[in-house]
Amino acid sequence: MTLSLEHYLVLSAVMFSIGLYGALAKRNAVIILMCIELMLNAVNITLVAFSRYVVPALLTGQIFAIFVIVVAAAEVAVGLAIILAIYRGLEDIDVTKINLMKW
Amino acid sequence: MGVTIAFWILAVVGVLAALGVVFLRNVFRAALSLILCFLMVAGLYITLSADFLAAVQILIYVGAISVLIILAIMMTREVQRGSPPNKLQIPAFIVALLFLEVLVLTLINTPWQIAGTPPVSPTTASLATKLFGEGGFILPVEIAAVLLLSAILGAIVLAREK
Repeated sequence: MTLSLEHYLVLSAVMFSIGLYGALAKRNAVIILMCIELMLNAVNITLVAFSRYVVPALLTGQIFAIFVIVVAAAEVAVGLAIILAIYRGLEDIDVTKINLMKW
Repeated sequence: MGVTIAFWILAVVGVLAALGVVFLRNVFRAALSLILCFLMVAGLYITLSADFLAAVQILIYVGAISVLIILAIMMTREVQRGSPPNKLQIPAFIVALLFLEVLVLTLINTPWQIAGTPPVSPTTASLATKLFGEGGFILPVEIAAVLLLSAILGAIVLAREK
């Protein structure tokens, strides 16, 4: 049984769904950020797999994956800074209790 | 054959580590599980003959982002309280499961156009030519630099003591 594109696509779909469940169902803001990282990683697997199997000579998917990694790094830095700022003000990072801007 | 065995080991360990991120009670252990998952993804890049991306994955995710996440866990003292689910646990599970089902059905039933040519290897030189060469991605590279600078400044401003 040889590897095909579908193996990688199904694997990344499974990882993306696990991340989606975590991002929707967790209270801890840090865990939600971790689950978003998981989803971004799953998307990167998809991009690299398409690059390997559909356009092996062009490498476009790998370049997209590099930019996704750049944006993910920026996102996690700003996200964790926001979480620390919220924790300093509210002494809690439970997202169900952070409803100051809710009317 | 060796690549197939490697893929299955990496895939099973990676999915188990991803499940650990979601279902482990201890937040610190969830973060360690996430690091394991990142490492498995780096191995998957190697099986896809993306050597440069595997190195980047280990340097940035395993090296930098995991340190940031662990730092945030330590500074927010949420380790003991665990990671309890919120009220939407069961609807979220159903939504994720339905999404997975639709996605897998679509992915399996689509006739992808597979190219038979072997992949480029090693990829570093070709990636550099693509990114910085004539008619390449030089403008997005510059924009990424600006984005990273603004993210650093934003993080400093947000996390600074008043």
